[in-house]
Amino acid sequence: MSDIATALGGARSQGSSSVSEAPMQGMITLRGNLADPALVAAVTGLTGAAMPSTRQITQGEGGSLGWMSPDELLILVPHQGVTDAVRDLSATLKDQHALVCNVSDARAVFTLSGPTAREVLAKLCPVDLAPGQFEAGELRRTRVAQVAAAFWVDAQGDFTLICFRSVAQYVFNLLTEAALPGGEVGVFA
Amino acid sequence: MLLLTCPYCGVEADETELSPGGEAHLKRFGPGASDEDFEAYLFLRDNPKGVHLERWRHANGCGKWFLAARCTSTLEVFGTYPAQTTRPPEDVLEAIRAKRPGWEMPA
Amino acid sequence: MSFRLREGGRLIDRSKVLRFAFNGASKKGFAGDTLASALLGANQMLMGRSFKYHRPRGVVASGAEEPNALMNLGKGAFFEPNQRATTTELYEGLEAGSQNHWPSLETDIGALNGYVSRFLPAGFYYKTFMAPRHAWKYLFEPFIRQSAGLGKAPEEGDGDRYEHFYMFTDVLVVGGGIAGLQAALSAARTGVRVLLLEQTADWGGRAVVDGTVIDGMPADAWVQATLATLSEMENVTIRARCMGAGIYDHGYVLGYERVADHTPQAGAPRHRLWKIRARQVVTATGAIERPLSFAGNDIPGVMLASAVRDYVVNFAVAPGKRTVVVTNNDDAYRTALALVAQGLSVPLIVDARPRGGGALAEQAARAGIAIRKGGAIAGVLGGKRVTGVKVCAMNGTDVTEVACDAVAMSGGWSPVVHLWSHCGGKLLWSEAEAHFYPDPALPPTNHTGAGFVRAAGISNGAMATSACLADAQSQGAAAGLAAGGNAVSDAPAAAEDLPAEPLQPVWLMPEGAPIAMREKAWLDFQNDVKVSDVQLAAQEGFESVEHTKRYTTLGMATDQGKLSNINGLAILSKALNEEIPQVGTTTFRPPYTPISMAAIAGEARGDTFQPLRQTPMHAWHDANGAYWEPVGHWRRPYCYQRGRETVEQAVSREVRNTREALGLLDASTLGKLLVKGPDAGKFLDMLYTNMMSSLKPGRCRYGLMCSENGFLSDDGVVARIDEETFLCHTTSGGADRIHAWMEDWLQCEWWDWNVYVANLTEQYAQVAVVGPNARTLLERLGGMDVSKDALPFMAWSDGTLGGFEARVFRISFSGELSYEIAVPASQGAAFWETLHRLGADLGAMPYGTEALHIMRAEKGFIMIGDETDGTVIPQDLGLNWAISKKKTDYLGKRAQARSDMVRDDRWRLVGLETLDGAVLPDGAYAVAEGNNALGQRRMIGRVTSTYHSPTLGRGIAMGLVEHGPERMGEVLEFPGTDGRVFKAKIVDPVFYDREGEKQDV
Repeated sequence: MSDIATALGGARSQGSSSVSEAPMQGMITLRGNLADPALVAAVTGLTGAAMPSTRQITQGEGGSLGWMSPDELLILVPHQGVTDAVRDLSATLKDQHALVCNVSDARAVFTLSGPTAREVLAKLCPVDLAPGQFEAGELRRTRVAQVAAAFWVDAQGDFTLICFRSVAQYVFNLLTEAALPGGEVGVFA
Repeated sequence: MLLLTCPYCGVEADETELSPGGEAHLKRFGPGASDEDFEAYLFLRDNPKGVHLERWRHANGCGKWFLAARCTSTLEVFGTYPAQTTRPPEDVLEAIRAKRPGWEMPA
Repeated sequence: MSFRLREGGRLIDRSKVLRFAFNGASKKGFAGDTLASALLGANQMLMGRSFKYHRPRGVVASGAEEPNALMNLGKGAFFEPNQRATTTELYEGLEAGSQNHWPSLETDIGALNGYVSRFLPAGFYYKTFMAPRHAWKYLFEPFIRQSAGLGKAPEEGDGDRYEHFYMFTDVLVVGGGIAGLQAALSAARTGVRVLLLEQTADWGGRAVVDGTVIDGMPADAWVQATLATLSEMENVTIRARCMGAGIYDHGYVLGYERVADHTPQAGAPRHRLWKIRARQVVTATGAIERPLSFAGNDIPGVMLASAVRDYVVNFAVAPGKRTVVVTNNDDAYRTALALVAQGLSVPLIVDARPRGGGALAEQAARAGIAIRKGGAIAGVLGGKRVTGVKVCAMNGTDVTEVACDAVAMSGGWSPVVHLWSHCGGKLLWSEAEAHFYPDPALPPTNHTGAGFVRAAGISNGAMATSACLADAQSQGAAAGLAAGGNAVSDAPAAAEDLPAEPLQPVWLMPEGAPIAMREKAWLDFQNDVKVSDVQLAAQEGFESVEHTKRYTTLGMATDQGKLSNINGLAILSKALNEEIPQVGTTTFRPPYTPISMAAIAGEARGDTFQPLRQTPMHAWHDANGAYWEPVGHWRRPYCYQRGRETVEQAVSREVRNTREALGLLDASTLGKLLVKGPDAGKFLDMLYTNMMSSLKPGRCRYGLMCSENGFLSDDGVVARIDEETFLCHTTSGGADRIHAWMEDWLQCEWWDWNVYVANLTEQYAQVAVVGPNARTLLERLGGMDVSKDALPFMAWSDGTLGGFEARVFRISFSGELSYEIAVPASQGAAFWETLHRLGADLGAMPYGTEALHIMRAEKGFIMIGDETDGTVIPQDLGLNWAISKKKTDYLGKRAQARSDMVRDDRWRLVGLETLDGAVLPDGAYAVAEGNNALGQRRMIGRVTSTYHSPTLGRGIAMGLVEHGPERMGEVLEFPGTDGRVFKAKIVDPVFYDREGEKQDV
């Protein structure tokens, strides 16, 4: 539907690294017993991704699975398929205690890429972002300055960061400022 | 600026990822409770110089509440453990007793 | 005079001339200069005035410990006061101004204070400003305001940017002298991650100035080689211009990087605050030389011996042509030798020790310098500049005069134990060196209970070069091991030490100096504290060192005990007849030297000062005249101004239009918590005061939540989605708090209940479509039956409205026919615009929070935060109908049975109607006859909400009144703040459509 708008309409900035708001991403919150075989089969079947262990994010052909807490998964699927995915998952899990909901609209997604991506985040998050300490496959929930966020890095070194939609402008401004030329720290090179 | 390890997600969390929740292992008293019991539940708190069992939430993290055994004087942390318990687990109790001989679990 | 030497200068580049201004006068220096060295090179010895007596002051030191040369730097948005000239790197165009003088540095009226200094002794303020009372306002305060304070406060917002940086390391080494370099190297060899910080731009500390030989090469060469080695190690990060500012709990350390102080306005952040977590910290922070206490030791031209050496060797600047050196130890002889090596004159070395010095003294004697053993300074001659010294024997006899224009003094060296002490490290007293040093048995401890800080080198009391390197090697390696590294074979760099004679503690020159001398012997140059002040404090009973500090101001402000500490303690201990370790030190608090406030704020300024939460319709509001109101972190339109409307006019129009035609409200900020599970009903029965488990799917119910104290905490409409699922609406500011509250009870108390909660607040944009034309608009959108039969009051339904996937609630907070419609947030803006387009001819207008508030008040609906303030229970508000009598328990129930909660004279909710139609002042109190226990007028109620009602054309209000509901019709008096007394009648709080007919059509 052409009426669908992300929080910032795909805002983008270019400094020592680039910050760009990603297009709509299908996102599902699933709360339930993550050890339940039927639940595991449902989410791995949906995404093709392996079941993530603590603080992991895994990727498959149909989407990704992120470990959010001992009873919560973040399921990433293409946006056009999210409504069906929520319906199917809910149906599959209807006999067990679980909560499935679409949170695609509740969030903003940013991509941070460039040589300073690690240090841009390290200016805002109390997390060890040194290479070898934070690597692809980990999903870290923390704060970005004053708001909650989660991020992960891919094998190419590009970071994906999600936050609540209402603070998208704040987070975009934070990342853009942290990536301003002249502010390179140069310790993760 | 404390460092506490969240027992749920394993993050050694900076204090700024956490929010504090006061004394742990309080017993709730509801309707029918005596004034004394209710007062104790609602208002009376230990304020020890020494071992303190306390509640923390990994608010900017996995969102879970956990409990910590910590010395309020030296800030030494004896252990953290999940909140779904009415008393600290044995390994945490042992860690406390090893460092603070003679310590007794408050009534 | 002070001047630039023709040759030399380790740090300056004579090919690069830099122009700068001091008090408006143009001056020149070289690249590599500090502001202090450039001023000295330009014969500007006078750099400021003292705090209390406005005495002329020159530079005393060459580093962070400088008490006098504090400058106003820059201008406008780039102005900053209290910058140390000694740590300010010179740059082209720098503008500096001296402080604490009027009208000029040369002629300062405040210096008159000095002539009356006998009237300003220790404790002067405490003794003088007691009485008479009116004198404070007219005499004392203006005087103090004129004379107190260091630099000027900036007048503009800071034009620079600042940032934080979170860094994690196994071993942090603070200090880039030879000890820090050695410690970093030894720690790094164990394989762990090492971060090495140096506060200045240059590495090597004192060794490179003093010509030390390490591993057979000059210290400079060893430092460069070691830096190169460290730079090549992948596990090592090194950083210059980054000060270890403070050590805190659990290995937290602040590093203060002055990224661009030396290259202003070139696009880089000015300062970066490093928030470091280190498993182990090595403080290799060196030592600071102590001044000697003698009469006139504050006259410009009297400097620390090490500073004189620094200026000569590093910057090729001589403080004078003839320099007298006065010392109680061997080290100061290096200064004499350095001066003579530059062809400068040293007419005399005054050595307080009867036997004089060791190898260095012999070198000085060979160089032909006269030495007076067992000597002292009886006084310094000169006013704004040293012209000579009176020299005497230590017992004060045998006085002679020596002409000179500079004095280099050394009272020994005190290890910099600040960082060691910040987090609780304890100290020991060394009799031999007369200083405090870290007690290795009592280090600061971390979360494991183990020590996490080690001092290394001179800061650990290892004063000789070889001992310093050996200690640094052992501390660095030990830190590496403690942080998880591997033991490797490693040896310290080697150095040879010259045979030296021990230091002799000298706390006052000459011994038994009379009061006239003690009144001129400064302990704290910045705060004008003299030997006589500390003695007076002791005499007046200030025995604790902390009390003496506050009574005399010794070691306060930027000094923080760097220069003044030990000398002051020694004088105090002598006056108290105690040993120095018994008197102890004052507390060392972070930061080591002042750091900028803006660095602490970091990114939290301007548009990133706080997160401002925006709804999906934010941009539309902004483009359509929104007058914003903060609601928690949200920004919501208070009203939308059209043309030249005032805010009041806009609000009135919005209320009338909504009641008469059609209003649209962005209600997206309402909290939306999805609660699901077999035990969800049971759980909500505990959270809400009323029964939620009996709610039918498809229906809505208004509910109240209380704290365990019984006080009303939040309210909102609950919709039952299906047998196991409820959607709980919270107040706009309450979503996160109530979500956390629910999780708290589910995780920590009822963890065996099967309930999950998800915060869906931001998944949906929500619009209230309100007014007589509301249904017509929705019917135009089409796709759902929104008739009274299909969707009655307090029901909800899922469907599609105008192509938008929507959930429609028939709830009303205004008393009008009203629908609240939730659509996915990504379609919120489109949906909102569609409503306006299709509703234009129906009178559709947006309304803001103030119209919302007025309409709810007209209906007598309470608002959390207005009618509640954390002391109000639902029963006070006449909400008993929303409190279940059947339930045995809910959060707050037990508390609501406490005796104070069931008192019959609690203030309860009523409507208030002024007799003349005026609007009652918000928060006004109703008064009755008689006085309360404090003798004040008795109060029997207060206004909680008050508005001008456009619907009724008069003021309406709600309030809490003693026995209120039983006093209908009574008139109460509410004194305003302007002497006016408002009279208001107690009425029913529902002012509009009491039967509720309009909302249920």
